[in-house]
Amino acid sequence: MEKTTLFDKIWDAHVVKSVPAGPDVFFIDKHFIHEVTSPVAFLNLETRGIGVKYPERTIATPDHNVPTINQEQTIKDQLSRMQVQKLRDNCSKYGIELHDLGSAHHGIVHVIGPELGITQPGMTIVCGDSHTSTHGAFGAIAFGIGTSEVEMVLATQCIMQSKAKKMKITVDGILGKGVTSKDIILYIIAEITASGATGYFVEYAGSAIQSLSMEARMTICNMSIEMGARGGLIAPDETTFNYLEGKRYAPKGEDWDKTVAHWKTLKTDEGAVFDKEYHFDAADIEPMITYGTNPGMGIKVKGTIPTTEGMEGSNKASYLKSLAYMGFEAGEAIKGKLVDFVFVGSCTNGRIEDIRSVAQFVKGHKKADNITAWIVPGSREVEKMAHEEGLVKILEEAGFELRQPGCSACLAMNDDKIPAGKYAVSTSNRNFEGRQGPGARTMLASPLTVAAVAVTGRICDPREVFQN
Amino acid sequence: MAYDKFTTLRTTAVPLPNENVDTDQIIPARFLKATERVGFGDNLFRDWRYDVEGNPKKDFVLNDSTYSGKILVAGRNFGSGSSREHAVWALYDYGFRAVVSSFFADIFKNNCLNIGVLPVTISADFADKLFSAIASNPETEIEIDLAAQKITLLSTGESESFDINEYKKENMKHGFDDIDYLLNMSNEIDVFVEDK
Ligand code: SF4
Repeated sequence: MEKTTLFDKIWDAHVVKSVPAGPDVFFIDKHFIHEVTSPVAFLNLETRGIGVKYPERTIATPDHNVPTINQEQTIKDQLSRMQVQKLRDNCSKYGIELHDLGSAHHGIVHVIGPELGITQPGMTIVCGDSHTSTHGAFGAIAFGIGTSEVEMVLATQCIMQSKAKKMKITVDGILGKGVTSKDIILYIIAEITASGATGYFVEYAGSAIQSLSMEARMTICNMSIEMGARGGLIAPDETTFNYLEGKRYAPKGEDWDKTVAHWKTLKTDEGAVFDKEYHFDAADIEPMITYGTNPGMGIKVKGTIPTTEGMEGSNKASYLKSLAYMGFEAGEAIKGKLVDFVFVGSCTNGRIEDIRSVAQFVKGHKKADNITAWIVPGSREVEKMAHEEGLVKILEEAGFELRQPGCSACLAMNDDKIPAGKYAVSTSNRNFEGRQGPGARTMLASPLTVAAVAVTGRICDPREVFQN
Repeated sequence: MAYDKFTTLRTTAVPLPNENVDTDQIIPARFLKATERVGFGDNLFRDWRYDVEGNPKKDFVLNDSTYSGKILVAGRNFGSGSSREHAVWALYDYGFRAVVSSFFADIFKNNCLNIGVLPVTISADFADKLFSAIASNPETEIEIDLAAQKITLLSTGESESFDINEYKKENMKHGFDDIDYLLNMSNEIDVFVEDK
């Protein structure tokens, strides 16, 4: 029998029809929508005079541009208010499940999907958002789509897609103390560059990956897109099943046992061939931080900003432009740089485990005076747990400001903007120019590093700040 | 957005032998701001067609009433440069249903197929024949038969076959875009879901 990869198995099981010399008609199990990329798609459906084919397969939540304070009041920003209202109208018109602002499971779409048990192994999942790759952590094929494809999925539950090439990234070994999954993915992106996986779908494997919790796996798959990949996935295992058991939409009773038996078959065959493979050793990975304006510009926190040696022409010019934007010099150390803001949140690191780790480390400390510290839970569920576990109290005592769930300063579509010229160390996923507000200077790092920066007010190595 | 079906097109043609016509010429960047897909035909070849005052330039082929028709016979490397889909919207909106050339820029060709303008790639020899036939008699008709993948110069009966991706051919024949294609598979999708 032909040896196939996990990606092949899931893909092939969802091809309704292979168009000769064309793309595949690809069936989508679950479709997430939010307020920003769905209104035009619904409008086009209306123009065509058609409805939503399988409304029960679409789940909606407003997250991208919602305010993170006073969510129970009418939204002040007009665009945001209109988009959220449109989402509500469309959901009620077509019978789509909506997790609205203030409801028990409101939150960032990529946080609530797993939390509700909607995201499951072997599924195909799409959303009009590039970080849909997050759901790949469960052994699903999940990727972002454009608005015309959102329309296709609403209308037909399918899209036209050509199969991506396959890449395997193996990380073996044991992670050092103070090194998190965010450091793994920042390290990988720095190694293979921000465009190094363009055209590929990545499977992450190896003992270091297997040792991670579901939350940590989600952080890795989430950022697959930042190296150009279409998406990333990890084979499901006991960690996956334990996470899903008992979740609201997970199978129950006998059904559960049967489903898990099937899920256990979802793995890459020994000897299956990938188009490209990389191997990394967990022992080489240390706490990472970005210094530039794409996620591939990452270094060890205790490292130095690369010099322009060996760079030429437009390559060198764009590198220097990036450093100028950040206000950094080539060749200098990044440790010790003063910081103005820290942001803990987003679909990369806004889950309960992230908040726990920040709280655990800042407990008994105070944030530095020069720091404004925002913590934005990824969902209402995360917020609730953070309260119940006493984490909010610890964080507030340390001087952190807790906000309500949403994308918030990850993309600064709402009021949560980093002011121009200010430095933010952020747990989110993109450090593009202006991503966190016009002129904002973003450095990406793990929640642990962010906690250490909050306490010291400067770029620092968390292993030197928190002795245990 | 669906477009008109393409079966067999039999019409006179407009010749534009210039080589390397880029999409900036087909539709200048300043006309890309519209948010709806209307009125692009008015600005097709805007700067070749009108002077700065907006008066038609007499020597440009679209302003010469001798030539008309739904086929544009273009020079080599047509549609290079910016990938703007608006260039094809402009051609379609103006009334062209096919563009014939001995070479198309890649993205432009794909855009054509998505929008419903048939790009027909022919040999340089056949292109020369078309240009001279139209020049000597602007009433000359050309026939493009999509099903047979054949283009014929009706005055002489000379013809050539052309390539097209099978999926795109079906779409063009039915006037479908990707969504239409999927909508048309509704039953197959239902069966797939039941079997799951
Ligand atoms: S948190 Fe950021 S990356 Fe995630 S969905 Fe929201 S805007 Fe996108």
